[in-house]
Amino acid sequence: MIESHSQLATYNFAYLDEQTKRMIRRAILKAIAIPGYQVPFASREMPMPYGWGTGGVQVTAAVIGPNDTLKVIDQGADDTTNAVSIRAFFQKVSNVQVTTKTTEATIIQTRHRIPETALQAGQTLVYQVPIPEPLRFLEPRETETRKMHALEEYGLMHVKLYEDIARHGRIATTYAYPVKVEGRYVMDPSPTPKFDNPKMHQSPALQLFGAGREKRIYAIPPYTEVVSLDFEDHPFEIQTFSEPCALCGAKGSYLDEVILDDKGGSMFVCSDTDFCEDRQAEGHRGHLSANPAQAAVNPAEAAE
Amino acid sequence: MSDIPLLKVKALSKFYGSRIGCQNVAFELWPGEVLAVVGESGSGKTTLLDCLATRLAPSTGSVEYRMRDGQFRDLYRMSEAERRFLMRTDWGFVHQNPADGLRMTVSAGANVGERLMAVGDRHYGKIRATATDWLGRVEIAADRIDDQPRAFSGGMRQRLQIARNLVTNPRLVFMDEPTGGLDVSVQARLLDLLRGLVSDLGLAAIVVTHDLAVARLLSHRMMVMKDGHIVETGLTDRVLDDPQAPYTQLLVSSILQV
Repeated sequence: MIESHSQLATYNFAYLDEQTKRMIRRAILKAIAIPGYQVPFASREMPMPYGWGTGGVQVTAAVIGPNDTLKVIDQGADDTTNAVSIRAFFQKVSNVQVTTKTTEATIIQTRHRIPETALQAGQTLVYQVPIPEPLRFLEPRETETRKMHALEEYGLMHVKLYEDIARHGRIATTYAYPVKVEGRYVMDPSPTPKFDNPKMHQSPALQLFGAGREKRIYAIPPYTEVVSLDFEDHPFEIQTFSEPCALCGAKGSYLDEVILDDKGGSMFVCSDTDFCEDRQAEGHRGHLSANPAQAAVNPAEAAE
Repeated sequence: MSDIPLLKVKALSKFYGSRIGCQNVAFELWPGEVLAVVGESGSGKTTLLDCLATRLAPSTGSVEYRMRDGQFRDLYRMSEAERRFLMRTDWGFVHQNPADGLRMTVSAGANVGERLMAVGDRHYGKIRATATDWLGRVEIAADRIDDQPRAFSGGMRQRLQIARNLVTNPRLVFMDEPTGGLDVSVQARLLDLLRGLVSDLGLAAIVVTHDLAVARLLSHRMMVMKDGHIVETGLTDRVLDDPQAPYTQLLVSSILQV
């Protein structure tokens, strides 16, 4: 049954037809030529709902080739629904190698994180972007925001940061933190935590951003200046965590809180699963990681 | 007052298709002078104001403005970037409805500070100190600085809008019915405040109003418009006390006596 089904319909390589890929590649080239500028493109219907990464999938489909190795992460993890589905999708429609190892991947599609392991030249990071316009919630008119970008009128962006400080005593924006790219365009780095903002600066990897519903593509070419906006007396700073990862003991990585029971117990673990697993394989241990000796004893206890 | 005008308007016309918005308007405005444009609804006052304030491109004619370096520049030969920069530094625009001129969803302090941030101010403490100072000058209590204008009364919103416009020390302010929709006691206080600010800062202003009492209080000079044309112009007291044009006579005699 399955075999006959696979012969029924065949998709073009990487799902999109060649004309569409060509159109998207032109948008990508323009985006790379003008770092941080939002290039409109004719976003297609994809076999998934808007908000699930239709922009990222189209960008990946346009740049992927048969020799690429693809990694897909969702909030840093390789094993969440969105990541697993998109990885399976590209395996099916383009038959490329897939991996969970950051170092082995040539294309990494991501939702809301940048891997902890520093990216290398030759790698491409594809972001899924829900709302590409950083000024959207301050100025609802698209005609006006485009004019503001064109004329470099970015005072309004600081109004948002001012509001944060007035209300919370500090810049409380923790994700989608606005950045200025190559001293010109203000850009929304997609809802990545601001913890990841410094990783975008002078990155050797190519960074592409796709917003499917909003029909925009933008890019940060390798080795580009990316500066997070701030005030002189309230400089940009990233989150810090009071404890290390409970599984691998990493300090200085971005942690997720995982609820353990219904009595308020929780642990903090690396959101980047590949990074955490690598560290555990190297023998790093956190205070909640399974002890191999104990693990051998525990089943016996349970049996009693 | 200087003897070189700040604004020179020559043969300005605006047509909406075959209809006239305003036609063949010419006048000069000097620094520190307040000019009132009065007339009934539909007489072209707001069209004229929008043409002057670069909010609406005129069909013909020129508007020249003396920049801070003393050079006259034709507004409609400038690049849009220069015009918009002028608009948020050297000029102010007070709308009749404060919601049009304010950001209703950001705090009063940020509303006042926006222009400062737009011209490159990046020190939170200084921006906030300036905003506090300006709120004081327009009689808004300092503890309202973090409230949104949505929580303000109509009169407070209008005063906030004025503070927001004046924070960059503009030289020319456009006002479109600044007291429209306010009750008389609030109107009186606002006029008082405006009069004080205009004389303290040496502002030039063009005030569009259909309320002759507002024009009498605020302005030095007055232009009366009818059907898109200027029918009479002169010192405010002269025009109101000794109107020459038949239409102005009608207008002045139409004021209700309480």
